[in-house]
This record gives sequence, structure tokens and C-alpha cells, in this order.
Amino acid sequence: MIELEELTKRYGKFTAVDGINLTIPAGELYGLLGPNGAGKTTTMRMIAGILQPTSGTIRIAGINLRTRPLEAKSRLGFIPDRPYVYDKLTGAEFLRFVSGLYGQGGPEIERRIDELLELFELTPWKDELTESYSHGMRQKLIISSALVHRPEVIVVDEPMVGLDPKSARLLKDLLREFVARGGTVLMSTHTLEIAEAMCDRIAIVVAGRIAASGTMDELRAQTSSGDATLEELFLKLTGGLAERELSDLFQH
Amino acid sequence: MIFSSTEAVRRSPGVLTILGPKWRSLRARVRVERSGAGGRVLLLVLLGGGFWTAVFGAAYRVLKYFKGVEEIGPLLAGKLLAVALLSFAAILLLSNLVTALSTFFLAKDLDMLVSAPVDWIYFYLAKLGETLVHSSWMVILMVVPILTAYGVVFGGGPLFPLAALVTLLPYFLLPTVVGSVLTLVLVNVFPARRARDILSLVTLAAAGGLVLMLRLLQPEQLARPEGFRNLLDFIAVLRAPSHPLLPSEWAASALMNWLLRVRDPLPLLLLWSTAGAFIVMGASMHRRLFAPGFTKSQEGANAIGNRAAWQRAAARLLGWLPVTRREFILKDLRVFFRDATQWSQLILLAVLLIVYVFNIRALPLYTGERVPVVLVTLVVFLNQGLGGFVLSAIAARFIFPSVSLEGRQLWLLKSSPLDLRAMLWSKYWVGTLPLLILALGIGVVTNRILQAPPFMMLLTIITTVCYTLAVGALALGLGVLFPQFETENAAQIPTSFGGLVFMMAAVSLLTLIIVVEAVPVAEQLRAWQENGAQGVPVSLFFTVVAVFSICAIATIVPLNLGLKRLTALDV
Repeated sequence: MIELEELTKRYGKFTAVDGINLTIPAGELYGLLGPNGAGKTTTMRMIAGILQPTSGTIRIAGINLRTRPLEAKSRLGFIPDRPYVYDKLTGAEFLRFVSGLYGQGGPEIERRIDELLELFELTPWKDELTESYSHGMRQKLIISSALVHRPEVIVVDEPMVGLDPKSARLLKDLLREFVARGGTVLMSTHTLEIAEAMCDRIAIVVAGRIAASGTMDELRAQTSSGDATLEELFLKLTGGLAERELSDLFQH
Repeated sequence: MIFSSTEAVRRSPGVLTILGPKWRSLRARVRVERSGAGGRVLLLVLLGGGFWTAVFGAAYRVLKYFKGVEEIGPLLAGKLLAVALLSFAAILLLSNLVTALSTFFLAKDLDMLVSAPVDWIYFYLAKLGETLVHSSWMVILMVVPILTAYGVVFGGGPLFPLAALVTLLPYFLLPTVVGSVLTLVLVNVFPARRARDILSLVTLAAAGGLVLMLRLLQPEQLARPEGFRNLLDFIAVLRAPSHPLLPSEWAASALMNWLLRVRDPLPLLLLWSTAGAFIVMGASMHRRLFAPGFTKSQEGANAIGNRAAWQRAAARLLGWLPVTRREFILKDLRVFFRDATQWSQLILLAVLLIVYVFNIRALPLYTGERVPVVLVTLVVFLNQGLGGFVLSAIAARFIFPSVSLEGRQLWLLKSSPLDLRAMLWSKYWVGTLPLLILALGIGVVTNRILQAPPFMMLLTIITTVCYTLAVGALALGLGVLFPQFETENAAQIPTSFGGLVFMMAAVSLLTLIIVVEAVPVAEQLRAWQENGAQGVPVSLFFTVVAVFSICAIATIVPLNLGLKRLTALDV
């Protein structure tokens, strides 16, 4: 479960996240959508404990992140949008290191590492330095690292970037399975089809605030959009590019 | 990228366009540095000025002496210049090897340039120019005071700098072309990452060897030439490979011709024609080998194998630690020892330490006569200060960058339940413990060489332990307060503003400790001078307490500040 109360982040005079309130119960996959610079990544990085909020409260599995950070973080798996890993560690060593960060080790973890590497088809590269991995392979390694310690909550920022169709499908199935078993997922994406197909509920963030949230039907009702697709809803809430501007762009 | 159409070549961006962003970035950086850190620029000017003055002074003294030697004086000066230029060529060749690998195969702008319609010859010339500047600027800084001394002593006149430029430009181009060609061949054989590891190792080992060789030649003898029994001795010191076909001989001859007003254009012609021919040959090899080499440089499969023996041993050794801390330390060790640009610096460190011990041994203390214990004590005391400075420099290189190097991976550490205090302490001990062993080793060995009295040995050991523990914490704490997360090269981090702040803090701490310790040392010296009494002065006890307290504060405060900063850090 993830609970956000009046979550705010300011950089000087600029407000990146402006008093967001959100509750995502266990067993739900929640999508965070919004244009570039809307504050999605900032929100997710605050939930992951990487950024400190200016004000507001974050609770993960009922634990306050500010007052009991280590307990809250031990229940969380975070998948960032950019897959930065240690270049000079092998895939298996990286997963072993991450397990260590979560206080886990021993034969059980070794089995788990093998299982995850097998699942993401990384076994042939497990003893190679990650500096030789492709973007997609690094992404798969980071997804594995977020699962290695068996979290209760997963926060995932742009999960499909760099993944091949097979791995993308695998991740979708994995996240749905995780939710079906009582886990909580907060996912941000720009791929609206994925959000529409996968998420139980969706929030559209504009300028650091939630402009609309709920199931697809609730979103349509809130925006009086009949049977509009998510793309149409998104453009309606965030503003689209005028046709004339595009035609100007390609005029010789 | 290879064009057959003349129209396409005509439309290709030229060398200046390709190098434009580099030049503009440099200008922007200079502007930022100028506006941001006046003190830093002043310090750099002072340090650079001091260095130039010292090199100029030594060269001026030697050349003045040579000029006074009848008949063969100018010959000796020319010979010395040829030796200096040959040494520079060796350094330049090594430096060009590493730089060419970076500019031609690993630079961030390569994808853009290779995919753009840039004609191969412009690309080659632009990258060659970039390599020349990056690899030669340090040697140029060294050459300027030496040639200034030549110009002053031999009356080179106002146009001498121009003559030097016309001579040295083709001379510096030669190692650049050779370095680029060797790199080109190497990358076609190995993947670029492996080639980089090999090159940095070879370069550092060679640079270390060069420093060691120069030290063992005892260059201090050059500074007092009148101390030689005869000229033959001096020439023997200057023994070096020499051949009329060596470009260093041409460059030295061209410069000496100008200084001695000899009209002989041959050396210059040889230099320019050889440089031109080398560029043509280098370009033709580039045309053939760059595309396959660049393709190979994109590969980088580095299989490590399942857990090497040292890793198993380290894991066993750290078995008593909690799993989080153990895995964190193991990760730091793996990352350090797998990065050749990191661990190969240990070779240079070892060479510098050998040179340091050699310098202590070379001190003219024990030449047969009885040495007053007062003098020995003073030298030991100064050695303690110098040793402290060396330790600070090592801490700046290895401990200061340790948090910055986490850089882009901080998302992982901050989002995990890793206790940041535990992380900081792990980094502290991983960096400080080897430093402490090293510090005690140097302190004890140099004190034994100097035959230090037991009182001074005791003081050295106490100071070394306290100072090393404090300087490790200072380096780590200030490394967090002035992080350089964007820098990928660890060697650049200590040269940042934060690195400078750390060095100033470390030297201030060292000065404070030495001032505090000066009291018992002076007391002891007085006692020895007055009645030759042995024993330990009472003030030593208070001094130890004071040093311990100062170092405890210098350990705890920066670590606490660093922890606070790390906790609040938004990444």
C-alpha cells in the first residue's frame, strides 16, 4: 500500500509537485500519466526515498518513510527510468550486492538470483561485466534487482523503455501477477495503450497536481468525454499540438 | 563517411566546425571558473608561478655554467636540450596513446560525428588536433621555462618564442601521429575497453619507470655543476641515446642554430618534412582502419568468471560482518580492482613512495662525521610533516572521490534500506585502513633510515595514527560536501574545487599538529643541548592529549557533516 498526503516538492521558487494526495491499496496497479516535466518522476523518486519532499507524508505498507526510512524502504522495489548500474560488476554480482543492501544473503538468495536471471534470459551473461550489457539488458537487470528481495510495493518509472517485445510482455505479466498476489504497483508511462490495458486506476498529473484520477470510466465521467480513449482523455487534459503547427514544420 | 563525390566533400564541415564545440566548451568553462572561484585561480597562478620559477632557476643556473665553459659550452647546452626533448618525446608518446584512444574511439561526440556527412580527412585532422592539444599541454608548460632560460642565457632575442613554436610544433606532431596510429592498430586487435585498460597500465608503468629512472640519475647533481670533479663526469651524467636521425636532435639543433646565429635550415626542413610525411601516412592508415576499429570499439564483452580466488578469500575474511556491510565493502573492492584507471594509480603511488624513501636516504646526514642529535631530530620532525603531506595527497586521490564515484548509482543506495551511516563508515575503513598501514610503514622506515631517537619514533607513530584517521575522515566528509557526480574519471575529482578545499584543510590540520608538537620537541632539544639528558619531557603527555583531541574533532565533525549532507542529498 502507498499513501501520499499533501506531497510537495519545490526547487527554489519552482514547484515540481504540488500537494498530491493519493492512496493505492494492496492488490492494485496504479498508473501515473502526464506530459514531460509534470512531476511524475519527482513523485516516484520521493516515494523511493531518493528525493526528500519539501512537505507532506509518504507511507509505504503503512510505514512513514520519513520517520522509519529503513523499514519503509525494505518493503519497496524501485525501477528507475535510466538503468545506471555499476559497470565493473557482473550481473550476478550486482544482484548479490542489491540483496546485501536489503540484508539478504546465502543459498536462498543465490537460488533467487539464478531464477531471476533465467526468467529475464540473462543467464548467459551473468558472469560478464555490466559495461558490456545493452540498454535493454541493463533494464532487465534492474527489474530483477527490484524483485530480488521480494518487495511488497513496486515503484516503476517508464518500465518498457529499451525492452524487446518479449521482455515487455514478460514484465507486464510479472506486474499483473505481483498485483494478483496482493502487491502494490505504482507505474509511470508515456505509452497510453499499456496504461489503459494494465492499470486498475490512473492519475493524470499536470504541473505537479493530479488533474484527474480513477478508473477509465471514472476518468471519462470526470471529463465528460463519453467513450473517449485514454489518448483522447490525455490530450484533452494536457492540451494537444495544433494541426497547423505540424503542417508549418514540414513546409519547404 | 568516405565520399567519392567532390560535391559531398565540398559540403562537408571543416576542421574548425568539428572542433567548434570543444573550443566553445573550453571558453564557457574558463568563464564559469573565473566568475566562481577567484581564490582558486589565484592559488593556481601562485603554484604555477612557483613551479615555473623553480624550473627556470635550475635551467638558468646550469646553462649559465655551460656558457662559461670554453669551446664545448654551447655543445653541452645543445646536448642537454636534446636529452630533455627526447624525454619529453617519450612522455608525449605515452600520453598520445591514451589520449588518441579517447578522442578517436571513446569520446561522446563520436556517434554524432561518424553519423554526420563529415569527410574522413577533416575528421582525422580535427581529432589529431584534439589529441595534440590534450596530450601536449602539460609538456608545453614544462618546456616554456626551460626554453625561456635558453633564450635568456644565449640571447635568443624577441623572436625566439616564434622560432621555438615553429620548431616544436612539428616535433610535438610526430608522437601524436605515432600514438594515433598505434592506437588505431591496437583497437583493431582488441576491443576499445580492453585496449584502454592495457594502455593505461602500460602508460602508468612506463611513467613510473621514467620518474624512477630520472630520480636514480640524481638530477640534484645537475643543479650544482661546479661540484663535479671534471667535465667528463658531467657528460657521463648526461648519457642518453643520441643519433643524428632522432627528431630530438633535429629540434635541438634547430633551436641551438637560432641561439648561436648559425644559418642552417636543414634541421627545420627535416622536422617539417617528416611531420608532413607522418601525417600523410597516418591519414592513409586512418582511412583504411578507422571504420573497422570504430566498429570493434563498440564491442566490450568482458567475462569475469565465477568469483576469483581473491574474492572468495575477501568474502571469508569479511564473513563476520553483517551481510549489508560485507557486500558493500566487496562491491567497493571489486569496482576498484577491475577499473584499470583506478588500481593502476597504485603503481605510480609505489614509485613515488620509493622516490620519497630514496630522497630521505640521499640526505647528506650521515657522511662519516658525528651528527648532532638536534639536527637528526629536526630532520625527523620535518619528515613527519612531509609524510603527512604525502598522506593527504594519497587520501585526496583515493578516499576523497569515493562517494562521488557512486554518482549515478546513488538512486540504488538511497532507495534501499541501506543505513547511510553504515555506508559512510564502510567507505571510511576501506580507504583509511590501507592508508594507515602505509603511513606507519613510511614513518617507521624513514625514521629508521634517519636513525631517529626513540622519543621521535614514538611521537611519529602517535601522530601518524591520529593524523591518518583524521585525514581519512576529512577526505570522505569533504568528498560528500563537494561531490562530483558527473565526473566519470576518478583522477579528475581531486583536482576539483572540493579537492582543493580538502588539501587546504588537511595541510591546516597538519600545521596545527606540528605547531602543537613543536613544544615538547623544542623542550627535548633544549634538554639534550644543555645536559644531554635522555627521557621523555612531561609536556609530551599534554601534547599527545591535545593531538588526540584535535584529530578526534577532525574525524567526527566531517563525517557527521558528510552524513547530514548525504541524507539530505537530492539525486
